[in-house]
Amino acid sequence: MITTPDTSVGQNDTGNDKVNDKKAVSQDHAVRKRMISKSVLGLISLFMLVPILIVLLSWTQPVADIWTHMADYVLPQVLKNTAILLLMVTIVSGTIGTALAWVTSMYRFPGQRFFSWALMLPLAFPAYVLAFVTVGIVDFSGPLQTGLRDLGINTAIPSVRNVWGAGMVLSLAFYPYVYLLARQAFLSQGRRAIEAGQMLGLSRGRVFFRLALPQALPWIIGGLLLASMETLADFGAVSVFNVDTFTTAIYKAWFGFFSLTTAAQLAALLIGVVFIVVLFEQYWQAKRGSSVTQGSSQRFEASKPAKLAMTLLCTLVFAIAFLIPFLQLIYWTALNFRQDFDARYIDFVTNSLMIASMTTLFIAFLAVIIAWIKRQYPDKLTKLMTTLANLGYVVPGTVLAVGIFIPIAWLDNQMIAFGVTSQQFLSGSVIVMLLALSTRFMTVSFQPVDRQLQRLTVNQEAAANLLSDSPYQRWRQVMLPVLSPGVLTALLMGFVEVMKEMPITLMTRRQGWDTLAVRVFEMTSEGMWGRAALPSLLIVLVGLLPVWILLRQSDKQG
Amino acid sequence: MSLNTLTATLTSNKLTLPVAVFGMMLGLTGCNNSSTTEDSVDAETTAVSTEESVANDGATSTDGQTITIYSSRNEQLIKPLLDRYTEQTGVKVELVTDSTGPLLARLEAEGQNTPADMLLTVDAGNLWQAAQQGLLQPVASDVLAANVPAKYRDPKGQWTGLSLRARTIFYDPSKVSADELSTYADLADPKWKGKLCLRTSKKVYNQSLVASMIEHLGEEKTEEVIRGWVDNLATDVFSDDTSMLEAIAAGQCEVGIANSYYYGRLLDEKPDFPVEIFWANQGTTGTHVNVSGAGVVAGSDNPDGTLKLIEWLSSDEAQGIYASSDKEFPVKEGVDESEMLRSWGEFKKDDINVQKFGELQTQAIQMMDKAGYK
Repeated sequence: MITTPDTSVGQNDTGNDKVNDKKAVSQDHAVRKRMISKSVLGLISLFMLVPILIVLLSWTQPVADIWTHMADYVLPQVLKNTAILLLMVTIVSGTIGTALAWVTSMYRFPGQRFFSWALMLPLAFPAYVLAFVTVGIVDFSGPLQTGLRDLGINTAIPSVRNVWGAGMVLSLAFYPYVYLLARQAFLSQGRRAIEAGQMLGLSRGRVFFRLALPQALPWIIGGLLLASMETLADFGAVSVFNVDTFTTAIYKAWFGFFSLTTAAQLAALLIGVVFIVVLFEQYWQAKRGSSVTQGSSQRFEASKPAKLAMTLLCTLVFAIAFLIPFLQLIYWTALNFRQDFDARYIDFVTNSLMIASMTTLFIAFLAVIIAWIKRQYPDKLTKLMTTLANLGYVVPGTVLAVGIFIPIAWLDNQMIAFGVTSQQFLSGSVIVMLLALSTRFMTVSFQPVDRQLQRLTVNQEAAANLLSDSPYQRWRQVMLPVLSPGVLTALLMGFVEVMKEMPITLMTRRQGWDTLAVRVFEMTSEGMWGRAALPSLLIVLVGLLPVWILLRQSDKQG
Repeated sequence: MSLNTLTATLTSNKLTLPVAVFGMMLGLTGCNNSSTTEDSVDAETTAVSTEESVANDGATSTDGQTITIYSSRNEQLIKPLLDRYTEQTGVKVELVTDSTGPLLARLEAEGQNTPADMLLTVDAGNLWQAAQQGLLQPVASDVLAANVPAKYRDPKGQWTGLSLRARTIFYDPSKVSADELSTYADLADPKWKGKLCLRTSKKVYNQSLVASMIEHLGEEKTEEVIRGWVDNLATDVFSDDTSMLEAIAAGQCEVGIANSYYYGRLLDEKPDFPVEIFWANQGTTGTHVNVSGAGVVAGSDNPDGTLKLIEWLSSDEAQGIYASSDKEFPVKEGVDESEMLRSWGEFKKDDINVQKFGELQTQAIQMMDKAGYK
């Protein structure tokens, strides 16, 4: 029932040759095509790798004393915190995401239709915004504890400004990745087996743990991978909670000790951690199938108390991860609106929209190319290059930003030296920003396109080859329609991610091109949380629509 | 007026550039099927480059009319000052904000061809670092020499302080009386156990404070003090001064250390904010004072114009704005400090040369890491 992409593609190649004999594609042509494709992929992945290499290469000059200091006093804490955060995010967002996906896709209960999409909304919240809003509400001087004390309740609520608080907030910010993918899995492939299991008299609990969960696991792990990579690369949220992680240690080495070398060494270590996580994911991904079973829309019936419990669970998560922080943002915005809102906000919003749209289109385009080449030539080298092209997602934004900036500025200076231009041409141009953001978010677009392409069956492709006159026609009439749901998901995910991005935008934006995220930075860096609410709220609002479409889309796909 | 034109230029570029880029992408898409690929890509590249040069003209310093500032000072704090300068002189000022670290990395990568003319940042440690990396150029200015005391300037003239920020002790008057307080070091005394709130040691302000203590008290004693602070903490350290002050107000802790202008801004919002300021170390070395400051970027195309702007920022008028709208202390002596600042009373400032903060920064961070001050 589950076919791995590799075998399907293999068969597909032989199928290709058979139906293509009328065109008599020469061996020579095929070899050339293969080489061109590979070079294109190689170029893209090399390009995506440059900023990371630039940073890592500085490892060649050891600065012993700073590294010793970091290893003795900072790293132990960093490793411990990173382990706790990864574990917490895996367990909490995994459990929440899977449980919510299961109940909203398999049961009917009051509010089920609403929660199906509303539970995706936290994806529109940048993690750093959720962090400062949550601390603002829950901390000792915040409204929650102040209110309780006013009522005479003196409960000792423990401080949230530590690794546990950060873990909770990151889990709440990232569970939608798991929710989205798990839901997709439950809605499609699980259905038939589940119906069979039920007919054979398995209890619902057993159906879930014995049938649905194991089948959906590859998807859930896919979601957890995104959540883990986001966790490892997060700087904003952990800073609010003052938790030492790789990103803050890199920041300290770089901008506290001004030791680029130590920063690069730490970055390399981080990438090492990521490789372990990715290897773990790939082990599972090999098991991920691409069956296209159409499930019936039949749902389970539940008892009244069970329905109530489901509604409560959904309400609770929705309230904590979205509604309450959202209302708090509105409240802060209302307090500061007059002081802060001016005509420039029109620019901030259009700039944000513009850069998010451009980046998104660009990476979706690259994603289609990479996914296509990967399907055509599924060998080890291709796989490696594909992985490398997607590595930017785990590198902290600041590191990536500097890694991009160094070669760009070098190119600029060379061009000036050789008299090609008289002044800075590349740096500070929209193109650099576009490329930097693309490096960071390539994987967000690549994954859905790749998944979608895997759904294209051998027969479909063979039929397309047979019936179409030219490659162009084949693309337009068969491939694009098949790919379009994946591309749409890629566009929407990419859009939301770029809207939320801060460090790369800060470093590579051109003069005067301030975005909403830049505005949030201006306020939060001075601790003006209340005044950061307006731009944050706008980021969330702009993100709501794509997130909503995303869920509609994934439901239809299922 | 001039600002409007600038906005207009930028807006028009904003529309054409994305269109050009989008066009380029469409051109690339064409690769899949057509033979006209090369033409279309070429055409788009030209389109982009023309747009680029047009876009850059408005924003670089070659024409001498525009000064580009790389600033880690936030736009909302610094913009009123710069707008005033543009109003008076017609010189346009472009602001690029980011954290100090990335800005320095950017300046270093851009080298002599940087579009930046001026670096504007907080903390003497940061300015010292920029000078160490050779990113700033020495300038000689009689105006600055007259307006800014020597201890707030780089001896070689690579940077100058423009405003002062006092980092001192704040307390809850309902639980603590002022005569119980004395020095930063005293906050390590066991009598404050469970009563002290601090901001994270990752913030450069604390690094500079500890650097000054290393200079005054010596390494051994300072480390002892930091360990004492950590033992006395009422709760996990805060990520910013404002939340720390609010924690004192809410009763989570009784004493803490913060920069005075955060307190000033809170008082602006809530005039009855229930926290009092105490000038630390009055009987000893004086209250720790840091600077925000500026320097002319080494690769600036317009050092003279930039210096003029820095000189203007040290003038009575600009210094007055620092005091009234930012709640910072003027670096120039004799400038009116605004009513709020005067109400906090006269105080003795630490006489240390702020250069020391930069020199001792690495040592300070390492010490705080060792002592478990997060």
